Amino acid sequence: MRNKLTKVLLAGLTYSALSVSAWAANYVIDDDQKGAHASINFKIQHLGYSWLTGRFNQFDGSFEYDPKQVEQAQITVNIDTTSVDTNHAERDKHLRSDDFLNVAKFPAAKFESTSIKEVADGKLEVKGKFTLNGVTNDLTIMAEKIGEGKDPWGGYRAGFSGTTKFALKDYGIEKNLGPASTQVYLDLHIEGVRK
Amino acid sequence: MNKQDKHPPIIQLIHWLSAILIIGLFALGIWMVELSYYDEWYQPAPNIHKSLGICLFFMTLVRVLAKTTQAKPEPIQGIAKWQNKMADLTHLFMYFCTFVILISGYLISTASGKPVSVFDWFSLPAIFSYGDTQADSAGLIHQYAAYLLIAIVVLHIAAFIQHQFFYKDQIIKRITPLK
Repeated sequence: MRNKLTKVLLAGLTYSALSVSAWAANYVIDDDQKGAHASINFKIQHLGYSWLTGRFNQFDGSFEYDPKQVEQAQITVNIDTTSVDTNHAERDKHLRSDDFLNVAKFPAAKFESTSIKEVADGKLEVKGKFTLNGVTNDLTIMAEKIGEGKDPWGGYRAGFSGTTKFALKDYGIEKNLGPASTQVYLDLHIEGVRK
Repeated sequence: MNKQDKHPPIIQLIHWLSAILIIGLFALGIWMVELSYYDEWYQPAPNIHKSLGICLFFMTLVRVLAKTTQAKPEPIQGIAKWQNKMADLTHLFMYFCTFVILISGYLISTASGKPVSVFDWFSLPAIFSYGDTQADSAGLIHQYAAYLLIAIVVLHIAAFIQHQFFYKDQIIKRITPLK
């Protein structure tokens, strides 16, 4: 009797473990603590005359993705906003201050997807909640799959690119940079290594 | 007033130049960080602040050199020993704060390894960087050391007023060419 119960339990556990791995492969983003094949970049107009670009050097996250069941996919990215880098120490200091990212109070930003759908072959519409400067809003990232497959070192990888934009004031960043510089554009390049 | 009661002329000159520069740099610093991005002073004001700061640094080096080599004036007659000691310590602390402010200011400007330019005249190279948060931590030290220095300047001026106008011991003559 006890033996039978154990068998049933084991079978159940095995089944549920298998089913989890069956419906989506779990990937860890290859961030700067690993191989750094991912980047979170942004750009904003300077005076309306040029683009100023920068990036966040530190972030981590994971995603679930199965090309056969894209609508089951999910992604979470955590960004350390103190790692903002525009190649200019005094500007980065200003960006960390409460005029912009207010990192003393809100050192973390986060994107968590709520729904993902394939709008064309390899093109994904990733809807989710984005939290920045303590404010959470809906944000849609238009993404595309770049590729997936085995790497030369025994692992399996998948990579995506995405873009989105938002208004600074929607995230409580009220500093006036001029009429051409109200929107910031994000460029994301994410490579994940399957667990 | 006798010569031995006065500070040497070089010390007198640097004292007054430093007074103008330190108070001016403090006011400029407080004002410039609040400027809006489209203000015409947004770029020039910090450049002037940095340039004058470097000038003050070299002048303060000369001042320390002069202080250690030139004769010190006799203490004022009839002042308690502990008061002279306190005055000396306060002056020493003002030098200390000044150097902390000057060095931290230099560390903000050179945090990403760029040199700091002095009026397009010459520039000082970045000597060392200690990491991504250098501009932030040096900035915090720069700000609070400046508040502290100005608080001591207020104390310094209050002590001057007390001596000059209440004790009437003519200390203004010690630090000026007035006879």
